Amino acid sequence: MRRILVPVASLVLLALVPKLAVDIPYVFGGGLNTPGTLQLLALCLVFGGLAMTYDLLFGFTGLLSFGHALYFAVGVYIVAIAITKWHWGFWAAIAFTALIGLLLPVVLGAVSLRVGGIAFAMVTLAFAQAGSILVLKNPHGWTGGEEGLGVDYTKLPEGLVGIFNTKHLYWIALVYAACVFAIVRWAVASSPGHVWQAIRENELRVEVLGLRPYAYKLMSFVLASFLATAGGVVYVLLLGGATPEVTTANFTLTLLVMVVIGGTGTRWGALLGGVLYTWADQRLGDASSSHFVSSLPPVLSTPLQQPLFVLGVLFILVVFFVPGGLVRIGRVRRPRTLQRLQEAMQQ
Amino acid sequence: MSTFVLLTITGLGLGALYFLIASGLSLIYGLMGVLNFAHGAFLTVGAYAMWFTESKLTGVAVLPRFLIGSLVALLVGGAFAALVELVLIRPLYRRHIEQVLVTVGLGLATTALVVSIWGNDARPVPAPAWLGETTTVLGAHIPNDRWLLIAAALVVLGGLNAFLRRTRYGLIIRAGVENRAMVTALGIDVRRAFTLVFAIGGVAAALAGVLSNVYFSTVDPARGTSLLIFAFIVVVIGGLGSLRGTAAAAVVVGLVQQYANYYASTGLGDLSVVLLLGLVLLARPRGLSGSFA
Repeated sequence: MRRILVPVASLVLLALVPKLAVDIPYVFGGGLNTPGTLQLLALCLVFGGLAMTYDLLFGFTGLLSFGHALYFAVGVYIVAIAITKWHWGFWAAIAFTALIGLLLPVVLGAVSLRVGGIAFAMVTLAFAQAGSILVLKNPHGWTGGEEGLGVDYTKLPEGLVGIFNTKHLYWIALVYAACVFAIVRWAVASSPGHVWQAIRENELRVEVLGLRPYAYKLMSFVLASFLATAGGVVYVLLLGGATPEVTTANFTLTLLVMVVIGGTGTRWGALLGGVLYTWADQRLGDASSSHFVSSLPPVLSTPLQQPLFVLGVLFILVVFFVPGGLVRIGRVRRPRTLQRLQEAMQQ
Repeated sequence: MSTFVLLTITGLGLGALYFLIASGLSLIYGLMGVLNFAHGAFLTVGAYAMWFTESKLTGVAVLPRFLIGSLVALLVGGAFAALVELVLIRPLYRRHIEQVLVTVGLGLATTALVVSIWGNDARPVPAPAWLGETTTVLGAHIPNDRWLLIAAALVVLGGLNAFLRRTRYGLIIRAGVENRAMVTALGIDVRRAFTLVFAIGGVAAALAGVLSNVYFSTVDPARGTSLLIFAFIVVVIGGLGSLRGTAAAAVVVGLVQQYANYYASTGLGDLSVVLLLGLVLLARPRGLSGSFA
């Protein structure tokens, strides 16, 4: 009962946020129902969902990918290009993005899953890097290169444009995070899901049992990538444009950081990690200009102005002192995921 | 013809830069099984140590200033890397994934720290005038810094080879790459070799930082990360843990990048290197030289 109740209760509570005129000092810059706070919350939810898709690969299937950013970027860029450069309608752009978001991981996954361990990590990194270079190269002026690309808002449905409608975008982000949560839960509990976790534990044993790990890994890869593409679509609607940062290898590394901070291969870990990371990344920038930080000596206040410094250090501390991630605080044992993955990579 | 010569020498220079980063990465992976994501940070630390020293020595003539700056960079790079191994890597001994994760965090945090102190902008780095001039070879005007890059990489390659073949520690490292458990069973403390390999990697990366300062004539915080990605590609193509494979792969990657960028179109060089990696890995998952755990 609790397994259903907690997620549903949190969902209802989160859905009501735009109706609440509550002010939470320090945590958010303004009241809960102000557009700024809603935008931040929506961003947290998108990255929470995205972190869950990465956890599906890394935490549940044991696949260490360094190219997950590519599939998120597909969602971000194809929608923006189709609407702004090709002047397509909104729904046509979404449908086309969904198609690419399904085909690309099938093809690239089929190729990169021929190798395992570090080699898989490097092939995925290479494909993602190719995407990143392509975006920066700005073919036909489509991607806008380093400047990024805004979405032509006249083509968007009216309810998604303007500061006043931020609450609609917030609800879309909430629906996205909730859907990813439900799909990942359902997939992990399904019979292929059990095979994924068995592959993570011991791929050889799965093979000996007469199953083909390749097909199952591909299934996990395509599902995770497709959900990441969907996240990219929500992201580009939320921010109204695409920037090349989402294509970089560093972006995938931040996903890894989110998942590990929260806790790999757990029910809530990745979602929590994604939300916390994004919140900290956004709010630490604001906090650095506060009186408290600027009153510190420069030795402390200068590094604190860089969210990535604080998050990087926090990440190292988590790896050292809370090896299972924040959701496993209080438990002593190291998570099986990391143990197994390590053994798999040593083979 | 002269363009081709220029491209070749520049490609070799770039390959030299990749080799300096990749040699440390490759040794560290070969011996310890750690893919070191903080290696770009070693480069950044070295590059900034050089720039910082030079900016403090304003009254000194250019050449000694440059040499002192470089020397400080190498020392700082080596010390930083050794410290990282002792403080962050060693406590997580036998937990490879966590070691990799720690280097990821360290790489992100170090770059952010450098940005917070000196900002995102590129800063000019003074170098001796000779390095900015050109030498004419077969009708091509080759910037002199390319020779310096190539010479430095050759010295490091020769030095590392001699160290690995002729010294006791080199023997331990080579044996450790082959079979670490056996070396430990023979009663040799491999962990000291770990610190040593990290320090060597740190010095080589700092040297790459110094030379990249010369090559680009500026220093900026993002360069470590972007060069690290190509160094990864070099290491994987060359076969993790193999020094000669790494050297060969660095030359191939540097040349392919230069040729494709010029003869095809700008940006295509980077793309073809990435595709090369994909092809090599799919054809030979263990890299060209094949010694890869």
